[in-house]
Amino acid sequence: MPLTREQIAARAAQELRDGYYVNLGIGMPTLVANYVPKGIDVIFQSENGMLGIGPYPTEAEIDPDLINAGKETVTEIRGTSYFSSADSFAMIRGGHIDIAILGAMEVSEQGDIANWTIPGKVLKGMGGAMDLVSGAKRVIVAMEQVARDGSKKLLKECRLPLTGKKCVNTVMSELAVIDITPQGLLLREVAPGVAADDVQKVTEPKLRISPELRTIKI
Amino acid sequence: MNKVVANADEAIRDLQDGAVIMSGGFGLCGNPENLIKAIHRKGVKNLTIISNNCGTTDKGLGILLQTRQVRKMVSSYVGENKEFERQFLAGELEVELNPQGTLAERIRAGGAGLGGFFTPTGAGTQIAQGKESRVLDGREMIFEKPLKADYAIVRAWKGDKWGNLVFRKTARNFSPMMCTAARITIAEVEHLVELGELDPDQVHVPSVYVNRIFQGTSHEKPIEKRTVRKG
Repeated sequence: MPLTREQIAARAAQELRDGYYVNLGIGMPTLVANYVPKGIDVIFQSENGMLGIGPYPTEAEIDPDLINAGKETVTEIRGTSYFSSADSFAMIRGGHIDIAILGAMEVSEQGDIANWTIPGKVLKGMGGAMDLVSGAKRVIVAMEQVARDGSKKLLKECRLPLTGKKCVNTVMSELAVIDITPQGLLLREVAPGVAADDVQKVTEPKLRISPELRTIKI
Repeated sequence: MNKVVANADEAIRDLQDGAVIMSGGFGLCGNPENLIKAIHRKGVKNLTIISNNCGTTDKGLGILLQTRQVRKMVSSYVGENKEFERQFLAGELEVELNPQGTLAERIRAGGAGLGGFFTPTGAGTQIAQGKESRVLDGREMIFEKPLKADYAIVRAWKGDKWGNLVFRKTARNFSPMMCTAARITIAEVEHLVELGELDPDQVHVPSVYVNRIFQGTSHEKPIEKRTVRKG
């Protein structure tokens, strides 16, 4: 059974450790915050200038001066700090963020990532994505294995304009957990009931299969 | 010394066609609403706007697009604005996209008297095209130039009569750097206070960077994505 989006987020959350500073991208990665393992402190960074993002506000708590990078209203927690955009990206570029979890349109077996534009179709801009992929200590991509039009997203080479080169460490999809290594893609985990072959069918480059291949536990 | 002006219209009295303007704000959060509306009223054209976003279709800086006052935008993210997309695709609007951290640092460099900087962000991507590239400390880095402006317009929570500014929560974003990088910096504040009322240890922008200051009349503070949990 392929994982749901919630389950992919839950699997990604298993990578979090006590004391980690983490940046979550828009969309599925945002769900990761709902699955922080119990008993640990994880501090979420928002690139518009905040460390320590709390839950969404109640109606009464809504504050227009307090939003996340997705422009959603949020709250602060005990221990939150605010800072400027220059400080925020010094934090990101300077390697002080332990993990960035983000979505992608394409990832290559070298760890290149494309997630900011489709030429002639979408003009939105890269926002903070290029800084995050080049600066975070570890970059995890949470994405579906196949695009809506049926095309594969894990490729030998990205076709879309890149967000960053050689920066993705791990891809977590509805089918698998795949590490990007100097020797190429390494299949480490598969979803329950999913075989390595099933993952290979929707992955363009050849997968190496870890001798310790295991089933994803949620 | 008197930096206090009566209102937004007086604050932009000498702003002319073709000006380069930095505007603080992230999406609609922390926008200098009174100043944007005054620029809209004044009708100056051919503006270059440096701001992370361009508001939404009908809010924030978006209103300057509706009246075709903007020639060029320097931003990092321009989604959520249909008029922007239309003008760009029709070739009516020039757009320069920067990675968000590069945009912030270019502004900081502009205000800090630096000639630019090397950054790993964007190396090997479209953004690197036409830029000097070097391998430094084992990493490919690209050279980015500083940004400066004729005017910076920002909104702060509190400001005193000399122009010391304090921001509130995530409304701070790009504003502190923008204050340093313009020939004339104008701050609209929610609360204009007397000298001595701000704790000097809590000042985010020291007064040297601010040329004009006034208390905004009404801050609408629109919310782009109202997300709530059950109470």
